[in-house]
Amino acid sequence: MSGNRLIAMARKELIQIRRDPRSLLIALLMPIMQLLLLGYGISLDAKHIPVYAYDQEGSQDSQALLKRFQASEYFNLVTTVDNYPQLADAIDSDRCKLGIVIPFDFSERLRDTGTTAVQAIVDGTDDNTANLAMGYARAVISGFSGEFQRDWLARQGLPVGGGGPPVSVDTRVWFNEDLESRNFFIPGIVALVMALVGALLTSLTVAREWERGTMEQLISTPVTPKEVMFGKLIPYFAIGMLDALLCLVMGVWWFEVPFRGTLFSLFTTTALFLIVVLGVGFMISVGIRSQLGASQIALLVTLLPTSLLSGYAFPIDQMPAPVRAITYLVYSRYYVTILKAIFLKGVGIRALSGPVFALSVYAVAVGWFAMRAFRKTLDQ
Amino acid sequence: MLRRILHMLIKEFLQLRRDKWARFQLIAPPIIQMLIFGYAATFEVNRVSTAIIDFDHSPESRELAARFTGNGRFQIAELAANRNQLGDLIDRSKVAVAIQINPQFAELLRKGQTAPLQVIVDGTNSNTALIAMDYVNQIVTRFGDEYKRDYMNRVAPQYLPFLPAVQMEQRPWYNPDLNSQWFFVPGVIGSLTLVTILNLTAFAIVREREIGTLEQIMVTPIRPIEFILGKTVPFFFVGLAEVALVAVAGTLWFSVPFRGSLLVMLLGSSLFLISVQAVGLLISTLCSTQQQAFASGFFFLTPAFTLSGFAFPIASMPKAMQLLTYLDPLRYYLVILRGIFLKGTGVAVLWPQMFGMALLGAILLAISVMRFHKSLD
Repeated sequence: MSGNRLIAMARKELIQIRRDPRSLLIALLMPIMQLLLLGYGISLDAKHIPVYAYDQEGSQDSQALLKRFQASEYFNLVTTVDNYPQLADAIDSDRCKLGIVIPFDFSERLRDTGTTAVQAIVDGTDDNTANLAMGYARAVISGFSGEFQRDWLARQGLPVGGGGPPVSVDTRVWFNEDLESRNFFIPGIVALVMALVGALLTSLTVAREWERGTMEQLISTPVTPKEVMFGKLIPYFAIGMLDALLCLVMGVWWFEVPFRGTLFSLFTTTALFLIVVLGVGFMISVGIRSQLGASQIALLVTLLPTSLLSGYAFPIDQMPAPVRAITYLVYSRYYVTILKAIFLKGVGIRALSGPVFALSVYAVAVGWFAMRAFRKTLDQ
Repeated sequence: MLRRILHMLIKEFLQLRRDKWARFQLIAPPIIQMLIFGYAATFEVNRVSTAIIDFDHSPESRELAARFTGNGRFQIAELAANRNQLGDLIDRSKVAVAIQINPQFAELLRKGQTAPLQVIVDGTNSNTALIAMDYVNQIVTRFGDEYKRDYMNRVAPQYLPFLPAVQMEQRPWYNPDLNSQWFFVPGVIGSLTLVTILNLTAFAIVREREIGTLEQIMVTPIRPIEFILGKTVPFFFVGLAEVALVAVAGTLWFSVPFRGSLLVMLLGSSLFLISVQAVGLLISTLCSTQQQAFASGFFFLTPAFTLSGFAFPIASMPKAMQLLTYLDPLRYYLVILRGIFLKGTGVAVLWPQMFGMALLGAILLAISVMRFHKSLD
């Protein structure tokens, strides 16, 4: 490989990038926009869940229970309705997520026969929000129940002990103390952005030369396939690293996500990941000579797999075993693991030897395949 | 005019047929992706790896620990020997939840005082942590209630039947088992269609321009509007076929109910495709190379995905971003899909979404046609 020719190739590519400022701008703007949107937009936290109440009794007790819903920051008691159809209609059209139905004999049964039940009708369409809403509702109701019980026991002159529930749960949350979903997502978003930008940059680079007929010109020069490949990738690698820096700066200074690791481990792993991403894009570009085809395949192998199978939002350990096996093919999963560990746990490269090794294997394999495929297409 | 459009259509279909990669992309991958993503996309929390350390070794503490073991939500990975080991297990992500039962647990319980239970949760994944904490609370609350009843039974059995308590009967509508797949399968249908059709449409005109065939076409008697129709109509039908393919695969495989009407589905999907194609056309008229079109497509797709409510509830977004979601065709379509599949709602409930997509489509189409005229001059 000749250094001169390599530099010449990289310069040629750089000039081409400069001539298309719009694509370059998108490559630099995309991380910023993505981080802003995802950083502010995604949250699974459910607060102020809209609640409709259907209080069939309208007693002091039932009102006391509803007041607790009103006081909770998780719920927003929108209105009370007088019948089931109104409630059904509200849930159908997404005006409320939770309906609390208090039976007509609520306080009577509570005072005479002990146990009574309140219905919590929840819109199960979004199962996660439904689960959270039911959990919060259960906490409100059991709080009411516990207090009512203690008052009653005291009135009966029965031993009530310390006045609290028998067992209290004293929870400590580690690593993400405020349970900010942003802290969990931002490192993953960085991985997502890098994977997308990488594919975007390189997946059309060779197909374009074929489609425009400039590939023949390249072949007629003394430049070797290896020089073409590396020469083409060097400028994109620089852009990718710039993107990574942008993401880091925004994540840490704008969103104030804790960064507990070292810059060294962050940048070495990022460089490794970029090599894989750019290599995959290059491979697609070599394999498919039409830009339309290459773009479709690039979308197919990057956008949705990175969004869904990398573990950035959906926990991999909850997936069924065959799908979990597939995630090992998704290179972003290793980088997501690495980033989350570096950001939130502050572990060093040594603790991350597993995913780093996997990425290295990937990088070597992708490089080898891309090289081979490229040489073969030139022979034809 | 109709004949000219027909000829354009034939030309486009021939071109699509000749591009074997673009063609291949339309059939096998969507089905495979549907199946994989249907399984992958879930926020359900099961088998939480948990460590328990019991300093009390009383019958009470053992019973509480057993309740965590005999529950599908938790998987007891380790019985830690000391406090340091507990922290270490969380540090190394061996467990997500660590439970510590303190030495005087039973003593406090028997005295009728509150016995604290220490729980450490790995908050890295905030959602998993929240749901796991809710499970812990449920188990502990039930244990506490039963203990109290047991205690009453011993000291004042005659009062026990009258001990007041309020229980919650949960009634999840539309998805009684709270099956995650029922929520995500309709979403995957919309997302897959968006990705494919947007890219195909965005490339349609740009490719002709980049290769230089646009000039050839423009010297024929075809009018710009006919040209645009000829470019988009084929992909409209490709899109409908794709929706049908993915929807059938998804509903049959994951047994997601389809409670609405096919006609509403057809109407909603058509409006969605028109609005997506309008975005694609706009990109097409703004770009001069396929590389630019690809980049712009990406630039649109990634936020469209985020803002759609596919995974992250729109209600949890800040107000300004909620407004931004109205520019996203996928946002409307997902409400329609979930409404049709799970709730069985019809046009009476879904018309605002349909109107939104129609309006978005009409505005973008008008802009694209205007821009196209200009770019030819």
